[in-house]
Amino acid sequence: MYLVVEQLLNGLQFGLLLFLLAAGLTLVFGIMDFVNLAHGSLYMMGAYFAATFVAWTGSFVLGALLALGATLLLGIALEYVALRHLYGRDHLDQVLATFGLILFFNDAVRLIWGPAGLALPLPVWLTVPVEIIPGVFYPAYRLMIIAVALAVAALLYLVVMRTRVGMLIRAGASNREMIGALGINIKLLFTLVFGLGAALAGLAGLMQAPILTVQIGMGENILILAFVIIVIGGIGSIRGAFMAAIFVGVIDTMGRAFLPDLLRKVLSGAAASTAAPALSSMLIYLLMAIILVVRPEGLFPAAKR
Amino acid sequence: MMPKLNVSNSVAALLCAALVLLPVYSAVTGNIFILTLFTRIVIYALAAASLNLIMGYGGMMSFGHAAYLGVGGYAVGILAAEGIGSGFIQWPVALAVSALFALVIGALSLRTRGVYFIMITLAFAQMAYYVTSGLSRYGGDDGLTVYKRSDFAGLINLSNRSQFYYLCLACLFGGLYLIWRIVNSRFGLVVQGVRSNEQRMQAIGFHANRYRLVCFVIAGTICGLAGALLANNTDFVSPAVMYWTRSGDLMVMVILGGMGSLFGPVIGAIVYLLLEELLSQVTEYSGLILGPVLLLIVVFARGGIMGLLGRMSRA
Repeated sequence: MYLVVEQLLNGLQFGLLLFLLAAGLTLVFGIMDFVNLAHGSLYMMGAYFAATFVAWTGSFVLGALLALGATLLLGIALEYVALRHLYGRDHLDQVLATFGLILFFNDAVRLIWGPAGLALPLPVWLTVPVEIIPGVFYPAYRLMIIAVALAVAALLYLVVMRTRVGMLIRAGASNREMIGALGINIKLLFTLVFGLGAALAGLAGLMQAPILTVQIGMGENILILAFVIIVIGGIGSIRGAFMAAIFVGVIDTMGRAFLPDLLRKVLSGAAASTAAPALSSMLIYLLMAIILVVRPEGLFPAAKR
Repeated sequence: MMPKLNVSNSVAALLCAALVLLPVYSAVTGNIFILTLFTRIVIYALAAASLNLIMGYGGMMSFGHAAYLGVGGYAVGILAAEGIGSGFIQWPVALAVSALFALVIGALSLRTRGVYFIMITLAFAQMAYYVTSGLSRYGGDDGLTVYKRSDFAGLINLSNRSQFYYLCLACLFGGLYLIWRIVNSRFGLVVQGVRSNEQRMQAIGFHANRYRLVCFVIAGTICGLAGALLANNTDFVSPAVMYWTRSGDLMVMVILGGMGSLFGPVIGAIVYLLLEELLSQVTEYSGLILGPVLLLIVVFARGGIMGLLGRMSRA
């Protein structure tokens, strides 16, 4: 029972992390109609920046904040230098160009930080387990991830739904030309949104960093998961991304934790132990395929253009 | 249909001649490396050409095309591991399994359009990737070594470098000829018509998705052949060959060379893999140059290299 609670929380934490990544992706996709494969690279850069700045300042929080700022600036610079020439182009062109950026970032990281991964140690106050309900302990750091991600999600909701900038973002998502014609500086808006997305990806990367190692290519696997989420959730919909991210996070984690035991009850021991890891890794993709076959527009499609 | 004499066709013809004469050059200069490099390039050119059939002519942006490389490769590898070494069995099985795989994926994926199609093909390729990673009997994550290349009963020796090269080249030319015939047939025209305007084709009375699906299966089968060649070339097959970045590589080759032109993917494969190889000799960090080059090509050279050549011949 405790194991189920723990794994549910792990799933929630992973899902919220995925949401941070997917939110940026779906914003950029929904508003600028831009497929950004390099989003995973920004996630990786966030983690590398954090590892560097934390070692440099000696403080986890300060280092994380600096890393967040650095990823934001990197995102804005990237948009300004390269990506703004690709708006309005074919999705395929964007895939090719941002695929090139992945190659670039992977080798740039290898040049600057070397091929070996980095570790991002946690401060002592975050390593202690917390008793969440009597008898159940849960790592404080993972709780902090949940809290931060929820706060960011709420903030994002407020910004998008309750502020003028958010209104422009939503207007841009439904009709780009029209808000340009109404005298809104759409280029600036795009740059801002891209920077915001980059910062969210960086935040996800730097929060994930202490749990996994910081390494080259860390963004590639999780990028695909983020794409799965925005596709399941319906492209351009932040609410859809949130629901789908939690859904995917919980299913993935629970699948990995409990599928082997479940399979062992049905199949023979040897067959189960070979099938289980493969099956639990592909569970998410299976889910996406089923959802797309049944509902080709995703579960929560954004309003029609 | 007689091909016209212009810059792009001349380049394609010269390229074919160079590919045919390459083993001679290699034998004269004793440069074996170039032959092994180009064997790999020719195999990838075949895979890219098959992707071009659905992407360029059919408008189906598959982001999971490398899956067939793996399916074809694993068919050969698994049969070899089980003691069936005859190419007369291995290769037809590789083609049949790839075709079946493409049929299932295509039938489900073609219900979606646009970005959703890109993502669902990707999802299926990732599933194939994880399935093969879980095949612990056949090496799992670490991949499967193919100890003996396919045996064609003395007809052709795949372990001989130039014979194997010519086999790959024959497959490439055969594949290109097939694609050329398909594209110019009634079937191919319907597929291209569906790409330009699906509703209109439906209204004239064509069952658009059926045509699409057949095209998808043909492309998957050709790529399965490339997979069988690749497994023989590297004597090894691993899940990594199906990873999504490999599908991305194939897409890059097609777009770089010029989507929707017969020789575009061949040129794309040659340029991309040569560039990768040359850069890796100059610097350890080839991506630092290759990445921005791709970006610049997208921004400044629309329609890829073939598009550039086409503009040159008009100018």
